[in-house]
Amino acid sequence: MTDTGYVQILDLVCGGILLTAVLMLWRRELAAIVRLLVVQGVLLALLAALMGVRESSTELFVVAAGVLVLKAIVLPAVLRRVLRDSGEAREAEPLVNVTASLLAAALLTLLAYGLSRPLVALAPSPTTRALPVGLAVVLLGFFVLVTRRRALSQVVGFLLLDNGITATAFLATAGVPLVVELGVSLDVLLVVLVMQVLAARMRLSFGRTDLDGLRELRD
Amino acid sequence: MTASGLTAGALAATAGQLALVVGGAPLLVGLMRQVRARLEGRAGAGVGQPWRDLRKLLGKEAIRPDGSSWVFTMAPLLLLASTLVITAVAPFLSTVSPVEGVADLFAVVSLLMLGTVALALAGLDTGTAFGGMGASRAVTVAALAEPTILLAVFALSARVGSSNLADIVESTLTTPAQVLSPASLLAAVAFAVVIIAEAGRLPVDNPATHLELTMIHEAMVLEYAGRDLAMIELASAMRLTVLLGLGANLFMPWGIATTVAPLPLLGAAVVFAVKLGVLGAGLAVFEVFVAKWRLFRVPELLAGSFLFGLLAVSASFFLA
Repeated sequence: MTDTGYVQILDLVCGGILLTAVLMLWRRELAAIVRLLVVQGVLLALLAALMGVRESSTELFVVAAGVLVLKAIVLPAVLRRVLRDSGEAREAEPLVNVTASLLAAALLTLLAYGLSRPLVALAPSPTTRALPVGLAVVLLGFFVLVTRRRALSQVVGFLLLDNGITATAFLATAGVPLVVELGVSLDVLLVVLVMQVLAARMRLSFGRTDLDGLRELRD
Repeated sequence: MTASGLTAGALAATAGQLALVVGGAPLLVGLMRQVRARLEGRAGAGVGQPWRDLRKLLGKEAIRPDGSSWVFTMAPLLLLASTLVITAVAPFLSTVSPVEGVADLFAVVSLLMLGTVALALAGLDTGTAFGGMGASRAVTVAALAEPTILLAVFALSARVGSSNLADIVESTLTTPAQVLSPASLLAAVAFAVVIIAEAGRLPVDNPATHLELTMIHEAMVLEYAGRDLAMIELASAMRLTVLLGLGANLFMPWGIATTVAPLPLLGAAVVFAVKLGVLGAGLAVFEVFVAKWRLFRVPELLAGSFLFGLLAVSASFFLA
């Protein structure tokens, strides 16, 4: 693969990851958000595979396959099941309305660019120059976690956060060791499964999964 | 080629794109209506219908409401004149232009804004409820859309180092790989949303109705008749053509002439007409599948496209 071609595909994939993260803030239908998560998972796997071609390492291809299976197939399937059982199709009232959250996303992206400048300056290369994208996705994930009310949206925020961390790891160090990656992936899978059970219990107890309803502790 | 030959050729190119846009804009609107009609199972009035309407309107006298001032009289002239200037300077057929410096991003956007403001003032001038409502809405949409045009094109101009539209087009021609960069793609999405908002198409405004409380553009021009209405209709069609043409040539400039020789110019004219036809038909097909949005959701759409523009600018600085 030529150098410019590699840089261009890398930039496109990173742009796509950022774009899907932003679109998740824009869309209200939870089903659409889950579809965007699938696209983002595929892009992350592409990023890993691209690194694998660049470094010609088989380990990264295994990681890419793992990312594809986990983030584009298994986790969205779990989320779809929660969605089907809950009957809540939309994120009706986020704490911050969509227009404001899009503007906040713009600010967070700029913040990510600003924060990562010293990091990029350490070792300027096409890969590290795309580092702000990973950080921006992390910040957007935090934002979704803070401003959304439904349990499912919070899981989506958590996954966005994790995707951002994965992207940052790939861009900064060309991937973490396989064992670490496996451990993190299993952790994420477990967290999502636990959240699924928790959301189901919440629905049984309260009839909905609006987290604002959980204010008081009782015996 | 001598300097005078170059100037004569450049003048010919400018005259060519003026003739093409003025003559073709109503045909483009006709094409879009026809595509829409066919997809909705109607026969449609034919591609030439907007021109027939214009001819009919031009033959009628312009009636002006009692108590309206010169603002009302001047607005159609200003709108048409500002659109004609943009048409003359924008790089549609050739990147060589006799008025090089005017084809600047900021000049073009402010000319667009001038037309919008003239029409909004005219809507207020009549003192009717519809005019005022339409004007307030049009200014709201314009205030949100104009910064996005600036940002979207700024993303392209950042890597060229010039805000001259012809320079941007030429640089994209020399390095075609730029078209697939994230900056370009994000800017293209932002620009597409802005075209829809500025030209008053669905889902921001419904160009087909006169009898809805949701209308924006039609509410402002409700009091116009005869020649004045013809000017406004022509200018609106030209604005749509100019915006689509700018979008086409900034993001996929292939086919545009970089010289002023007759043959490349002729080829550029054909390619430009085909590009506009395809874009217009695509927009019409898109409009069949969407409903008009509530007015209060329009800022959401424009905030989204502003964000795309901003991401495009930051990508053009950091990723490239």
